[in-house]
Amino acid sequence: MSSAVDRVRLKDFSSIALSTFYKGLEEAIRIDRMPHIFCPGCGLGIVLKGLAEAILKSGIPIEKHVGVSGIGCTGRLPGYLKIDAYHVTHGRPIAFAVGLKLANPELEVTVVGGDGDIVTIGGNHFIHAARRNHDINVIIVNNFIYGMTGGQYGATTPVGSYTTTSPHGHVEYPFNIPLLAYAAGATFIARWTPIHYAQMVDTFIQMFEHKGFAVVEIIAPCVLYGERNRFPSYTDMVKYFRDRCVIDNEADLPKIGISLDPKEPLVIGVFHKVRKKTYEELYRELIERVSKGGAKE
Amino acid sequence: MPGLLRPGKYFMQGNIAIGEAALIAGCRFYAGYPITPSNEIAEWMSRRLPEVGGVFIQMEDEIGSIVAVLGASAAGVKAMTATSGPGFSLMMESVGLASMMEIPSVIVNVMRAGPSTGIPTLVGQGDIMQAKWGSHGDYEIIAYLPNSVQEAFDFTIKAFNTAERYRIMTMVLADQVIGHMMGKLIVPDYSEVELVEREKPTVSPDQYLVADSRYLIPPMAIAGAGYRVNYDSLTHDDRGYPSVDREVSFRLVQRLVRKIRENERKIAEWEEYETDDADLLMVAYGCTSRSVKEVVKKLRREGFRVGLFRPKTAWPFPWWRLRELSERVNKILVVEINMGQMVHVVREYAARDIDIMHVPYAPGYMPDPGYIEGIVRKVYGA
Amino acid sequence: MRLLNLEKLFIPIGRLRVEPELCKGCGFCIEFCPRKVLDFSEEVNSKGYHYPIIKRGMEDLCTACGMCQRICPDYAIYLERIDKIPASKLVR
Repeated sequence: MSSAVDRVRLKDFSSIALSTFYKGLEEAIRIDRMPHIFCPGCGLGIVLKGLAEAILKSGIPIEKHVGVSGIGCTGRLPGYLKIDAYHVTHGRPIAFAVGLKLANPELEVTVVGGDGDIVTIGGNHFIHAARRNHDINVIIVNNFIYGMTGGQYGATTPVGSYTTTSPHGHVEYPFNIPLLAYAAGATFIARWTPIHYAQMVDTFIQMFEHKGFAVVEIIAPCVLYGERNRFPSYTDMVKYFRDRCVIDNEADLPKIGISLDPKEPLVIGVFHKVRKKTYEELYRELIERVSKGGAKE
Repeated sequence: MPGLLRPGKYFMQGNIAIGEAALIAGCRFYAGYPITPSNEIAEWMSRRLPEVGGVFIQMEDEIGSIVAVLGASAAGVKAMTATSGPGFSLMMESVGLASMMEIPSVIVNVMRAGPSTGIPTLVGQGDIMQAKWGSHGDYEIIAYLPNSVQEAFDFTIKAFNTAERYRIMTMVLADQVIGHMMGKLIVPDYSEVELVEREKPTVSPDQYLVADSRYLIPPMAIAGAGYRVNYDSLTHDDRGYPSVDREVSFRLVQRLVRKIRENERKIAEWEEYETDDADLLMVAYGCTSRSVKEVVKKLRREGFRVGLFRPKTAWPFPWWRLRELSERVNKILVVEINMGQMVHVVREYAARDIDIMHVPYAPGYMPDPGYIEGIVRKVYGA
Repeated sequence: MRLLNLEKLFIPIGRLRVEPELCKGCGFCIEFCPRKVLDFSEEVNSKGYHYPIIKRGMEDLCTACGMCQRICPDYAIYLERIDKIPASKLVR
């Protein structure tokens, strides 16, 4: 006997009609799992659509795309895509992705995680994978909070924020993800919001094409953050993005930290794109050198 | 097979034997972190893997290492890591991950003196319980206890085989003495070495179920093979989608442990030495069993009816044989380099009224035969 | 001033389709419609959310920009088709 949740899902959504906009996306989205669990006002539904569209337009066969995610709301995202998806433990998707890519460099590996998973608990794996310039993609959906567990603070929560574990106001400084990625050695760095849909999809496609460690930060609305911090209704945060976002591809990274202050601009764009030999390329060269009997010792 | 250790006789270090065995077993990915006394394995693999077209990477920490091993195995490559106590503790969450996602993998734990940082260069056997119970929730693993360089070699190959056959994480619990000692190794003809590969799906992608409960051990689709499946660390249904349904979740947990519990008689191994007419049964494993065997040999010459039961697998523990033996002997004496681990398992399974004594010995060294002999003589009242 | 040949100029009009059961009432489509043709419904779906409807009298004012179907996180609103009507019909 299945639970009440499953019964509602199957009964009400068995006849989903989709327009031409979505017909193509059916190839990449698990329609049988709709509706997804994301809250009203959550940006993840839009990121899911955008990623599905980018996968289909990437020119890489969908069988070669692999999604790896950790724990949290964002971690649920690859499970809604019709790709090989690995939903691993909290903070560890980047290490898993490293193993996948080294074992089969033909795979197009994309890590999808939240700010908590990737740069808080997963911070160590993030900076080292960036340092080595593994040819993997990392999409960090930053909602400034740990959403799945009810709204605790994380490494990107702005100073002064009210969260369930900072009820008197947050007293920590947050990470500036593009700056962190740059300092660690990432070779492709971008930041968008879900309402910059066309740019987001285009950047995802560039991310797939890029050879090297690619980091795309998506600033996302979250009701758990918003309702305690000046964005009480579902549309307040996206209105703030629409009004205060400034696209500046040449931005000085140390200056683009996020405070969510309505008087400050929120800088987005594709900030950094360079080509440097990837770990996989360097190791392949090593194997060729060694198996020809050219070992150092 | 170019690059592999050729059949023949060698005099080799235990850790190196483990590395060479892994290569013969088909391991082509190693991710690890430096930790004494297992470093020789990592260093050897960093040299040998590129020679056979494999990949070595030294990760930022043990957690990254074991997770990368699982990633590589998910992509279809046999993968391992080696560590010691402190790293083993860090890897515990991933024991559960490997179990839930049913990804074959091997951890070699060259056990050292603990607790905590302990004595990195000296021996301990204090990770026996942790191997079985260290992660949260319900799962099963297989753990081997080599007591010689030859067994370090043989059991590493077995560890890869059982990992592939049962789609679980297996462990080789060598101790520092076995890892660092030099010993005789005979590499057999490759035709005599059984190698097991994980079962591949035989149906088309639209009929394949990643956690098909019609199988005890479902065939495994690897990443990029076109099956496009969801592997989830959340409790999931047959399709791999997360589920909170009562029946679905219980069925999954049961299947995950049944894989080993229903096959334990095939998997568990042990050695018996002079147990046929023994009245005192010694239980020991790893390097300790070498000292104990010396004692048994010597005391037998004097007429003491002492025997040795040596588990070669800590888990599954060969409890049925221990119970049989315990019904025939008067006393059991467990000797181990820890303050009491396998003795609990012995107490759990031995005949109810039998006298079970324990020699906890945890100074960082093997108990030498003289020390054990003194204890055994006292037991006999001699 | 009157523009000539308005009957030869065709204006695209979007015909929107809403799946009320998929909507979670976030209001993004209503907020981001450049022509403000959408509003919340009076009724609720089976989960209690108000879903978007086209305001009365504004059925022909959707320009088929597609913003709503891009921005909707739940696939609940999309352009079902684009009609073309002569501009002469729109001008008063």
